[in-house]
Amino acid sequence: MSVVTVQLGQCGNQVGQELFDVICSDAQEGQRKTYSASSCKRFFHQTAHGDLVARAVLIDMEPKVINHSMSMAAKSGRWRYGESSHFSQKQGSGNNWANGYCVHGPRHRDAVEELVRREVERCDRLSGLIAMMSVAGGTGSGVGTYITQCLRDIYPTSFILNHLTWPYGTGEVIVQNYNSVLTLAHLYQLSDAILVHENDTVHRICSQLLNIKHISFSDVNRVIAHQLGSVLQPTLTADSHGEYSRNSLGIDWQVRPPAGSGRSRSLTGGSFNTSLANLLILRGKDVYSAETGGFEDPALYTSWLSSKEAFNLWKSPVPFNKYEKSATLVSNSQALLRPLDDMVGKAWNMFASRAYIHQYIKFGISEEDFLDSFTSLEQVISSYSQLC
Amino acid sequence: MTQSVVVQVGQCGNQVGCRFWDLALREHAHVNKRGLYDEAISSFFRNVDSSVGDGLTFTYLNPQAVLVDMEEGVVNEILQGPLREVFDSTQLLTDVSGSGNNWLYFASRRCTGSGLGTRVLSLLEEEFPEVCRIVTSIYPSAEDDVITSPYNSILAMNELTEHADCVLPVENQSLVDIVNKIKVMSHGAKPGLIIKRNSTVTSGQGGLSGAEKPFDAMNNIVANLLLNITSSARFEGSLNMDLNEIAMNLVPFPRLHYLVPSLTPLYTLADINVPPRRLDQMFSDAFSKDHQLIQADPKHSLYLACALMVRGNVQVSDVRRNIERLRPSLPFVSWNQEGWKTSLCSVPPVGHSHSLLALANNTCVKPTFMELRERFTKLYRKKAHLHHYLHVEGMEQSFFSEAVASLSSLIEEYHHLDATKAKLMPDAPRLSIAR
Repeated sequence: MSVVTVQLGQCGNQVGQELFDVICSDAQEGQRKTYSASSCKRFFHQTAHGDLVARAVLIDMEPKVINHSMSMAAKSGRWRYGESSHFSQKQGSGNNWANGYCVHGPRHRDAVEELVRREVERCDRLSGLIAMMSVAGGTGSGVGTYITQCLRDIYPTSFILNHLTWPYGTGEVIVQNYNSVLTLAHLYQLSDAILVHENDTVHRICSQLLNIKHISFSDVNRVIAHQLGSVLQPTLTADSHGEYSRNSLGIDWQVRPPAGSGRSRSLTGGSFNTSLANLLILRGKDVYSAETGGFEDPALYTSWLSSKEAFNLWKSPVPFNKYEKSATLVSNSQALLRPLDDMVGKAWNMFASRAYIHQYIKFGISEEDFLDSFTSLEQVISSYSQLC
Repeated sequence: MTQSVVVQVGQCGNQVGCRFWDLALREHAHVNKRGLYDEAISSFFRNVDSSVGDGLTFTYLNPQAVLVDMEEGVVNEILQGPLREVFDSTQLLTDVSGSGNNWLYFASRRCTGSGLGTRVLSLLEEEFPEVCRIVTSIYPSAEDDVITSPYNSILAMNELTEHADCVLPVENQSLVDIVNKIKVMSHGAKPGLIIKRNSTVTSGQGGLSGAEKPFDAMNNIVANLLLNITSSARFEGSLNMDLNEIAMNLVPFPRLHYLVPSLTPLYTLADINVPPRRLDQMFSDAFSKDHQLIQADPKHSLYLACALMVRGNVQVSDVRRNIERLRPSLPFVSWNQEGWKTSLCSVPPVGHSHSLLALANNTCVKPTFMELRERFTKLYRKKAHLHHYLHVEGMEQSFFSEAVASLSSLIEEYHHLDATKAKLMPDAPRLSIAR
């Protein structure tokens, strides 16, 4: 069961390269035959010479980052990217979502689809597609959204996971909130699951937990890659009978609340985080004896889902990345509510002055499109804040 | 990395342009010791030797440039100088007699850049509307020896406001001040505080040209501005920034596209026993008036947006720490409280371990424009020297009145934003969702 990854823009390509690196080194660690075979098959295909080639397509509107990622991979000596599995231009998207979505996306659609098709055909069985991108810039966000739409059309029954990197609250790109709002509103209709890493949060991990003094984007990307790797590597589930073949992407995390559910809950109310669903993944020593009852406490979950339905537990006795024991929690909950609300709020304030709007209209989207996106996201915010 | 073309117009434009190419070659040679033609170089240079492909050693590089002038003097000098092998004859345009070049039919060479330059600008917009046009223009000081320079400036500004995507105004006075500051440091400095050779922002040594000519020091500063803006397009980094991202992030409203440039460091100290100025000091310097290339007071006006282009061994945490530190003292417009655009390029300029270029879209340009308008009005009221312009075919008096009206409305737009500065603007009410 294989996964094809599409890396989009600078962030998508930088994080993607770190991810494959983590997965490959974890897969090749020690004598863990079934685990290794499963992991390698999932993310790499093996050439006649025994080289591991990532099941990935690298997309960007300028060539520097792709060149860098490909050479970093080759330098590892353990794996590489396919020589022709990449597409770039010499233009850049100028941090403009509309330029990415309306101009570059459609213009290069055929070339990108062809590259993805080739990777998909190399898989015995496709279990899903991962698109990796940031929401702040122009290519990852704009082209990424457009390509997700194309993939959804071509592979209607495949599982599509979008891994999104949210920018620091302050100061990467001035129009980052516009680009984020437009991306999220569109992806909400297209994606099966949206997995989010926020630079601010990862930065805190680097400084407070890892004690790194001069944090670079490399450090941030490596943390993201580790977390993502710990989710995507093979695991055993209750019904997999010791086989690492279970599709780790097969979980439906997009549960929608039924209409008319309960009272509203204010964002600032001192309530704790209510979850729709949680996935706990344990790896390493003593996984079978770990006590996880606390995660099944009904108080954690929304009232219209039982904790049996909402909580999932996967285990693997194989240690991940040399950690004797590790645990990863993937949560569909109100945790992202505040950051999302902040992002929408800032974008809305800017929109109220119509600042920068002329830059987007130039490339083909209208004020109406902005309003639609704002409306979509306000609905998401409303749904999540009403969970109780 | 995108590819770019540099258009150099007039004496000033060509002299600065050549400093740029000289220093750019120096920069690439410093990094690319084996002389391989790579992606970085290809953003600004063409490889003209067809037998040499990517990744192979090149012998001939051709800058992607167009050199325009009304007379052949300056361009000829270039063709006889050390850069002669780099340009080819198809890139030069000196035979531009004929109509359509409104206000350059005048003795002073200073007019070519403004007149012909802005004409070229509007032609570029017509031919290549989607290509970003970034203009570096030198603004005259109040004591400019060309009497009619206010006319040229106002007429040019009208074109710049309408046809450029963004403008980096540079004032001669600021360049003079920086040159003098460096001179003082070099000559009167305390023992042990010696400036490292070739590290000043005014130095062109290590490039192709030999002894430096009078305006070279000032032109080198502007050339360094251009090098820094294009560095992220030419070299790798953890957070790249293309030229079109400058316009996208720093221009919230189409006409308000005048950006205040600020460069640091101006030099590096040679004495290795003196610890290098702390990184944070570099960020503080970028927001000091001494490092600005125009005379203005951004801290007492309103920031609409700000970009920090960092080069060298600087990480994202360094940038974040400094933004947090400086932010409280910088007034930002209410709808862009976090209006920072950053880029990180791994390759520093030659002679430095790191550098910072700050570009600010700030209402502090308003006084500069108001002064310009005043100088214009003094002349125009008396119709002084107007006949020189009106004699040129195609030139009409209405051009003048339109130009000054355009400038007035620009000033008004900045004024309007300034008025919001003192007020506490409430957040716009959010959309509410019916249940």
